[in-house]
Amino acid sequence: MMALVMLGLVIGSAILASWISSADPLSISPRFRYRLPSSEFLFGSDQFGRDIFSRVLHGGQISLMVGFLSAVLAAFFGTLAGLLAGSFRLIDQILMRVMDGLMAIPNVLLAVAIVSLVGPSLVSIVVAICIPEIPRVARLIRAMVLTLREEPYVFAAVSMSIPRWKILLRHVLPGCVAPLVVQFSYMFASAILSEAVLGFLGVGFPSEIPSWGNVIAEGRTAFQRAPWCILFPGIFLSITVLTVNILGDRLRDLLDPRISASRAR
Amino acid sequence: MARLIFTRLLAAIPVMLVVATFVFLLLRLSPGDPAIVIAGEHASQQQIESVRMALGLDQSLVVQYVLWMSQMASGDFGNSVLSRQPVLSLIADRLEPTLVLATVTIILTVLLAVPMGAIAAWNRDGWRDRVVMTFAVIGFSVPSFVIGYTLVLLLAINAKLLPVQGYVSPFADPWGSLRHVILPAITLSIVFMALISRVTRASILEILGEDFIRTARAKGGHEKRILWKHALPNAAVSIVTVIGLGIATLISGVVVTESVFNIPGLGRLTIDAIQGRDYPVVQGLILVFSFVYVLINLTIDIIYLIVDPRIRY
Amino acid sequence: MDEPILEICNLSIGLNAPAGKEVVDDVSLTVWRRKITCLIGESGSGKSVTSSAVMKLLPGGLRLVGGQILLDGHEMTGANAEQLADLRGRVVSMVFQEPLTALNPVMRVGDQIGELLKIHRPKMGSQERKRRILELLGDVHLPDPPATLMAFPHQLSGGQRQRVVIAMALALEPALIIADEPTTALDVTTQAQILKLFRELMTRHESGILLITHDFGVVTEVADTVYVMQNGQVVEHGSAADILKAPQHPYTRSLIAAVPKYRFRSPLPPSDTPLVSAHDLELTYTTRGFTGRTRQVKALDKVSFNIDPGEVLGVVGESGSGKSTLARTLMLFETPDNGQLQVFGEDATKLRGQALRRYRADVQMVFQDPFKSLNPRRKVGLSLTEGPIENGVSKAEAVGRAHELLDRVSLPRDAMNRFPHEFSGGQRQRICIARALAMRPRLVIADEAVSALDVSVQAQVLALFEGLKNDFGFAMLFITHDLRVASNICDRVLVMHRGRVVEVGPTQTIFTAPQAAYTRELINAIPGEWDLTPAA
Repeated sequence: MMALVMLGLVIGSAILASWISSADPLSISPRFRYRLPSSEFLFGSDQFGRDIFSRVLHGGQISLMVGFLSAVLAAFFGTLAGLLAGSFRLIDQILMRVMDGLMAIPNVLLAVAIVSLVGPSLVSIVVAICIPEIPRVARLIRAMVLTLREEPYVFAAVSMSIPRWKILLRHVLPGCVAPLVVQFSYMFASAILSEAVLGFLGVGFPSEIPSWGNVIAEGRTAFQRAPWCILFPGIFLSITVLTVNILGDRLRDLLDPRISASRAR
Repeated sequence: MARLIFTRLLAAIPVMLVVATFVFLLLRLSPGDPAIVIAGEHASQQQIESVRMALGLDQSLVVQYVLWMSQMASGDFGNSVLSRQPVLSLIADRLEPTLVLATVTIILTVLLAVPMGAIAAWNRDGWRDRVVMTFAVIGFSVPSFVIGYTLVLLLAINAKLLPVQGYVSPFADPWGSLRHVILPAITLSIVFMALISRVTRASILEILGEDFIRTARAKGGHEKRILWKHALPNAAVSIVTVIGLGIATLISGVVVTESVFNIPGLGRLTIDAIQGRDYPVVQGLILVFSFVYVLINLTIDIIYLIVDPRIRY
Repeated sequence: MDEPILEICNLSIGLNAPAGKEVVDDVSLTVWRRKITCLIGESGSGKSVTSSAVMKLLPGGLRLVGGQILLDGHEMTGANAEQLADLRGRVVSMVFQEPLTALNPVMRVGDQIGELLKIHRPKMGSQERKRRILELLGDVHLPDPPATLMAFPHQLSGGQRQRVVIAMALALEPALIIADEPTTALDVTTQAQILKLFRELMTRHESGILLITHDFGVVTEVADTVYVMQNGQVVEHGSAADILKAPQHPYTRSLIAAVPKYRFRSPLPPSDTPLVSAHDLELTYTTRGFTGRTRQVKALDKVSFNIDPGEVLGVVGESGSGKSTLARTLMLFETPDNGQLQVFGEDATKLRGQALRRYRADVQMVFQDPFKSLNPRRKVGLSLTEGPIENGVSKAEAVGRAHELLDRVSLPRDAMNRFPHEFSGGQRQRICIARALAMRPRLVIADEAVSALDVSVQAQVLALFEGLKNDFGFAMLFITHDLRVASNICDRVLVMHRGRVVEVGPTQTIFTAPQAAYTRELINAIPGEWDLTPAA
């Protein structure tokens, strides 16, 4: 419940960023360089005199959006791939080898390579973050389909001459929803982290578009002088990812009774 | 047994093939002239043309693919744009720090995370469980650079217990090397520990619900025996699997951690290559890292044979 | 007079969460040395909970409310961890229902037995321990004890694994052995051997046995004393002979009455135009390991039979006999490698597209597990109407059919709007039957359709099948491992063993004058002594 409230606060503060903080996240004023957190600069200011508080709130808009979009795309394509692989043997062979290959590439490297070749933009960053997640979803859904396919009620549907795609839609897909929702929340969390890592490695959004990733990246250079430049966006980022992960755990406990059922001791 | 290892080796080939194809397509399908990307932005027109010839860029995609694959297969990963050195020798030069860091991290993780997960499962919903699970969810959520900088700030800058940055080879100065590697290893291992302790806990909980655990209980004796002698060996397969899959996370973490601690390893090489737009090096690193991942998972498949007597065909 | 080994006095066990509901209510029972005491009841009667309380191994969510358990002079309800560590395995041991999952899959069989000796006889040397394990493996008649010692559980059959569990239970010659449905998961012939083993071991080792079962056949076979449980209470107890001959309590009477009796019907005259005509069906499964080494299993080996219109053909066999493969082949989920399969006058193996769809609609199946054969996420009404609607029946008519069928299987019409989990196992099986019949099939395949049900429910569902068959006039392939069930519903019986048809003939002939040695073995293995003259 706490997690839900916290997440609501983070999302709300990102949406209402312009109203909460009057400071322009982009305005540069050398006079105010490296200010300590105070009532004027709630989270301090960076080497260009920009207000960290405002940058963190505005950055939330980009970071949350990137996380959400990547998770949605990964869930969609992963589910599609998993359903196809679970249903057609020939596709399965090819698709799952491709997925194995994608899994073998470390996700940060893959994302970095994509962004550095195509150039940073909302689309390229979302795509770069979502591609490494697709194989995980695909494997999950494929495994679910293969299990559900053996259920007697699916045999019953086949014996009633119900078309294959309807069986898939009515009897197999609904069984995949619960694990998918759980996986989605984990992907959302990890996508927000990935955006930050890309920013940190210098292949994220350009600094005119504040995101948690590049606010932290810019704070790096001044780390020893002004640790708050990293600390506050870092805390915001961590709390968001933490709450999403906690929600994911709760969802799993609710939706996946397998582990909860083995309470017996 | 030997036959099984052989077939697993064969199965690893298509995976590497997919990785290589992906890397190939990534460059050809992205906007921009591949010749310029490979030769570097500051290359002369002549250099660009010679790259174009060498890669067969004026020919069909199929010819390019065959050409490229044969080059990669023969270990020719091209030259770095920045230093003009062969990519493979650049990678070899930077291997040691990364290997040292990864080894220390894996040892630290496995030694701590598996018992942590087991104890959490055994004391389900007790305070030990809460502590471990809280650690795990935080470890998952806090980015490694935040952990790294916090550790540096607290232990190196304020307390002055350990060096802030850098790397010392264990062959030159073992003690200094350990002092330098300990903070990055802790930083890197936190995510990994979170992952492994969670999976250990979950799979042990699942196994504690199995019928044979009841049989073991009915035998009498001390209850702890059930955890260490019955539950843990059965959970080993899932734990080992996750250690293997976690290698991918570890590699991604290496890139970030080496950058935080300024360690001249493969991760640092990756960052330099990206910032210098040195695509041949990036490409070589992806291939090498993926190869390592496949190799480790291959080893793990073989470990299964030892851990689980049921897997034997 | 023998001494009592276990005395349970006024034991009550309740649920943790909704306090008040008692799963075991004021139960008292006594087990004597060298006697087999049977605790019989249907699912949910509290019999297994009672037995697990003796070892203090209550499943999660349950708690002891009151009562005493005296085991060989030890008070068990108040036993602490140290006492339990000593008593479990040494004074009381347990044999469980599921031999397939009761053994640690990654530990050698010998080590699992040896573990008990290590715990309770720490001074025993390793040579001596090994000798004792070999002796135990021999005691339970396992073939080749030295090889079994080194085997992993998955390398043994279900019956062999159960013998290992029994060897474990015997290892320290405990005063009491609790056996919870020890033969339920086993084939009949194996069941008979295991029950014989219990008797033999009990007389040799001075133990008392508490045997939990739902099967009065088992009671007749081995029990000295019987306790009958219903809804958490003991409703009747006494010597086995008394209870079987003159049951007092109505529940006991209904249980005994529900045990399928032989009841043969006169076979139908053979028809000239059989509905199904199978000739020399062959199907070989090839399993391929990673190494490419192949293993071939002949699931069907020259199987020939006919089913006439309106006839019920029983297929009887143990696990692995190929009876389920036969069902899948008839459903055209599998294609036979060889042989002819004529169904409804067509070559069924050649059907494609529209013809295949029509065929499937004409052949419907009722599955074994009523908890898995309905989609848990769809309302019953959707499950009942989906098939007809997909096959061109209007929605209104499909709903009409569903209502009519719900009436016919004695379920309220508002079941349409409820989810499967709101129904009991028996009710779900009725829904499954209604779902199959909504397609107006000409052939119904029932694959162990009553095996997962309690005996009293089993009798009702069998009667339902009978009535529906008369009303709708379908033919039926009735697959079961239980010969008593087969005798109740089948016109003819086909006995299968390892993919082959051993014998086929009118039900009465099969039971009273079996020709094949295997059929005789099957019939002799049926627990209990049954009157082979027709009941009605």
